[in-house]
Amino acid sequence: MTASRSHEKPVPVLAARGLVKRFGHVTALDGADFDVLPGEVLAVVGDNGAGKSTLIKILAGALSPDSGELLMDGQRVTFKNPLDARRQGIETVYQDLAVAPALDIATNIFLGRERRSPGFVGAVLRRMDTKSMRATAATALTDLGITTARSVTQPVETLSGGQRQAVAVARAAAWGKRVVIMDEPTAALGVRESGQVLELIRRVRDHGLPVVLISHNMPQIFEVADRIHIHRLGRRVALVRPQDSTMSEVVSIMTGALPGNEAAPPRDDEDGS
Amino acid sequence: MTISSVTESAGTPAATDAPDRWGRLGRSIAGSRITGPGAALAIAVVIFWAITSTFMTASNVSLILQQSVVVGMLALGQTVVIITAGIDLANGAIAVLGTVVMGKLAIGSGHPELLVLLVGIGVCVALGGLSGGIITRLNLPPFIVTLGLLTIVSAAARLYTKSQSFPVTSPLLTWLHWTVSIGSLQLTYGTLLMIGAYLVVGYLLTQTGWGRHVFAAGNSPEAARLAGIKVKRVLLSVYLLAGLCYGIAAWEALGRIPVADPSSYSSANLDSITAVVIGGTSLFGGRGGVFGTLIGTLIVLVLRNGLTQANIDSLYQDVATGALVIVAVAVDQLVRRRQQR
Repeated sequence: MTASRSHEKPVPVLAARGLVKRFGHVTALDGADFDVLPGEVLAVVGDNGAGKSTLIKILAGALSPDSGELLMDGQRVTFKNPLDARRQGIETVYQDLAVAPALDIATNIFLGRERRSPGFVGAVLRRMDTKSMRATAATALTDLGITTARSVTQPVETLSGGQRQAVAVARAAAWGKRVVIMDEPTAALGVRESGQVLELIRRVRDHGLPVVLISHNMPQIFEVADRIHIHRLGRRVALVRPQDSTMSEVVSIMTGALPGNEAAPPRDDEDGS
Repeated sequence: MTISSVTESAGTPAATDAPDRWGRLGRSIAGSRITGPGAALAIAVVIFWAITSTFMTASNVSLILQQSVVVGMLALGQTVVIITAGIDLANGAIAVLGTVVMGKLAIGSGHPELLVLLVGIGVCVALGGLSGGIITRLNLPPFIVTLGLLTIVSAAARLYTKSQSFPVTSPLLTWLHWTVSIGSLQLTYGTLLMIGAYLVVGYLLTQTGWGRHVFAAGNSPEAARLAGIKVKRVLLSVYLLAGLCYGIAAWEALGRIPVADPSSYSSANLDSITAVVIGGTSLFGGRGGVFGTLIGTLIVLVLRNGLTQANIDSLYQDVATGALVIVAVAVDQLVRRRQQR
């Protein structure tokens, strides 16, 4: 995938141009741009209050921007709600709360998207095709090399934190056709389990799905990211590659001690005030 | 392959269908939520069988099954509500209002019986929908909403009947008292209807997407919402279904005793909660099932009947039932703690 990136600029799978979002007097996003390219892990970093979670919510369809546009493969799209975004192939993995602990792995992977049996029993009696869902769920796990679960009929609460997050990632990877967004997926995990999740992120990318990783953890970002989107004061101020940059540089740009490499975008609605 | 190498002994990969069927059967029996209730019921039956000569007779077993229909139907609706982490204190009162509406409309008015029956059941469904509507629209705790409704609905039943009870003679309304013989057992139509209702609700809960959404909404509303489930709509449907169960309970009540009495079944709401909890459904939501509730209902009635047969003061029946509830909730708590490591 690195080879094909050489000269012509690839079309971003998901992009945003000039996003603005205000909450009352607070401007959370102030002309923010965003691009995630095919087959990359893009880390999104920023200090608290920089507007990254607003950005992510807009990308996931949970918020609508006041102005600016979203593009998928260069085509303009709008998401009215998270379901819209999911229908377009964008899946989000949340920090926690994303799985129902008492339900089993297969049920969680298919939650809200249960598959019905073919024919009369499915159409009229609304019977689920549990067997095929379990088989697909098992495939989704093995595809990502998750082999620790005894069986997909195991309740999620019997799994460790890292394994639960692995189930959430497998669900996103199984349903996400275009992009997987992960919001602080390792925030609640220990060192070893974080390592496992990072490994999963790489595998998802190697399956051809770009990953947007929101994180505070610089060493993790430098370990796994192909590019780093640095967010500050409501917009992207820099886009750097980990191999061309150091952690302290990234932190300095985040906090404003160093200027970013992107100028504030020209804005049509600029009125000088 | 770091994922697999660092974790505890992972014998079989997730994909393979483990061939040790017996091991799996053993595990599923040991891990099942109805093992405890089932064992408790079996022990109670064996004890009463041993100490009385009248307990394990065809006529007494038939009687227990007949006695279980009203609490059984109330507990069925209650189960679905409790799986969503809710509770319904008004279910008995709603069913009683259903019986008096049916009874009153049936007297001398010339309304077709079927219409009367449907109106009575419809009132119960509407009241279920009212609780569900208030709970979901105003975001109020089910405990408070149904407590309020309990008071209002029982008062309404008394106002409607001027606190009088009256006999119901309509053939359709009392139709469920007819019996069929299966071996030496005399099963009423009411018992069969209850079993049918359990099968239907059990199917909905375990075999349909709706059922999965009910469990998810009870276990983790946030996860359910993030998975795209319309949690409020699911909750509303649950209370409507529960209302339908209470409406059938009203019909069952007239089949048992053909009298519409606004002051009857005043503790049936607590009995239904007892049956659900003893049956292994968690008050915290997200776990349980109707089969356990059926066993729980039978435990409540077997204790009552058996202690009577053994000539033990009826107050001890309440002591025994109460103790069982506490044990059941304690076991549930223990299981939950152990699983959430």
